[in-house]
Amino acid sequence: MTWALDHLGEIMSRAGQHAWLAGVPLVLGLLIALPLGWLAARQPRLRAVLLTSTGLLYTIPSLALFILLPPLLGTKILDPVNVIVAMTVYTVALLTRTVADGLSSVDGSTRQAAVAMGYGSFARFRAVDLPLAVPVIAAGLRVAAVSNVSIVSVASLIGISQLGYFLTDGYARSFPTEVWVGIVACLLLALVFDLVIQVVSRFLTPWTRAVAT
Amino acid sequence: MIRFEGVTKRYVEASGTGGGAESVAVDDLTLEAPTGQITVLVGPSGCGKTTTLRMVNRMITPTSGTISIDGRDTASLDVAELRRGIGYVIQHAGLFPHRTVLDNVTTVPRLLGTDKRTARSRAMELIERVGLDPAMARRYPAQLSGGQQQRVGVARALAADPPVMLMDEPFSAVDPVVREQLQNEFLRLQSELGKTILFVTHDIDEAVKLGDQVAVLRVGGILAQLDSPARLLADPVDDFVAGFVGRDRGYRALSFGAALELSLADEPTVRLGATAAEVRAVGTAWVLCVGDAGEPLGWVRAAAVESEVTTRVLHRGGTVASTTGSLRALLDAALSSPSGRGVVADDDGRLVGTIRAAEVIPAIEARRDGVGATTGSGTHAQTSARPAEEATAR
Repeated sequence: MTWALDHLGEIMSRAGQHAWLAGVPLVLGLLIALPLGWLAARQPRLRAVLLTSTGLLYTIPSLALFILLPPLLGTKILDPVNVIVAMTVYTVALLTRTVADGLSSVDGSTRQAAVAMGYGSFARFRAVDLPLAVPVIAAGLRVAAVSNVSIVSVASLIGISQLGYFLTDGYARSFPTEVWVGIVACLLLALVFDLVIQVVSRFLTPWTRAVAT
Repeated sequence: MIRFEGVTKRYVEASGTGGGAESVAVDDLTLEAPTGQITVLVGPSGCGKTTTLRMVNRMITPTSGTISIDGRDTASLDVAELRRGIGYVIQHAGLFPHRTVLDNVTTVPRLLGTDKRTARSRAMELIERVGLDPAMARRYPAQLSGGQQQRVGVARALAADPPVMLMDEPFSAVDPVVREQLQNEFLRLQSELGKTILFVTHDIDEAVKLGDQVAVLRVGGILAQLDSPARLLADPVDDFVAGFVGRDRGYRALSFGAALELSLADEPTVRLGATAAEVRAVGTAWVLCVGDAGEPLGWVRAAAVESEVTTRVLHRGGTVASTTGSLRALLDAALSSPSGRGVVADDDGRLVGTIRAAEVIPAIEARRDGVGATTGSGTHAQTSARPAEEATAR
């Protein structure tokens, strides 16, 4: 405990880096998954191809991705951009299916009414399908957020600063306290992400709490 | 006026090998839905009635033939523009769950570019007009009953004041009591608005009640008969239509055309709280009890009254016919009355007199020759003289 308090400044700064490395890809991944999921929801044939291929991305080991990306991107091995890109890939892998499922979950009669009222397909996506898919997409985002926070810690193996450093450093020094601090900090960070997503989702979906009076 | 000219819709069923079997959903349909009237498409499942409806706003594209609205070929119009000019109401209302009632109703005006304030004030008017409490405007659809949602659906379809409305089984997902309310209010609304309406249902009773004209379709999308409801009941063209129209046709046909010069008998009445002696003094086995405003409450059997007339001893089985109602309602009132005397009330619900079945029958006999010359729609028979057979079947 005293170790943690003594190193509070370092913990906070690494937590901030960790949040950045896990959070930015969450936003980027969502922005990429939205059009992909939209396409998958519109075209049954594309759906199979898109969901299988994006799903497979998740099976690439993270360490391999961190190492493979620099030559592909022309970045240095220690560049945090590698981590951001890798985490974005994982987020897309997780969210494309969620977005497609969320958009497909819109009630048939609601969709039919929207078409009959003269919504074009993009306008309908923006005004009807997407808002209604928010609860499903938010659920997927929560999974992706936790997954990102956990996978980012692996990046300490290639020397990128974040909370994972406490795990590798604690292990190397046979100092369990430091490992525990790393674990607890990761956990708290995941909880913060989860909370933020839930609050935003609640704000966007007042109708889900409307009950018969 | 919506006009179908030789409209056919064929589907090629996917069968892997390329060829594929063809099925015909709508077969060479020629039909006119006259301006300001309700045209009902009715038929068993597979008769193409919904397909026919959806071809009007091009949610389905016809294989051949043309559909025009007021002389303009729908295929030549911009599809979004076409749809925004047509009100559309469907079975489960299809409201947007994430928008309040008010925002649901303003959807089309907003799409058309009406400013928010104008759209909202008009929407509030419509919400009240379809019989909803203005306080509902801020609620979400999930907070409404099925019947209320359907009313919102109607308000939403009317919001941009489209001349044409398409309605696809709008009242079939609610319980029978609510359905009847919705139907009656729909007729009232239509009598004020005079929209050109194409209405799909599988329920022949609904078709006959709501339609100015009814098109009966058979499986394969073939028009079997297009006629006024009264003509349809009185003179089905073939066994299919006769079978579809169903039993009790003669009795149901009495719904059309109001009872005209009927002489009603005065009925002695008692009030709630009348003593047994007062009831027996009337001298008949069954005595009619009325409320303070003169509204009929029910019959009491004189012999069954012990001390005084209470609501508990009232017989509730009898129906009450209106003076402006149909022969069917009159006959039913007489048949359902324990005394054999059918109760007739005025439009305000006050007792006017009673009539026996034997006195209704001559009125029915007298009217027989007139069937076909006069048409109407159910209990609204006297309020509108509707031209029959304007449109022609192919």
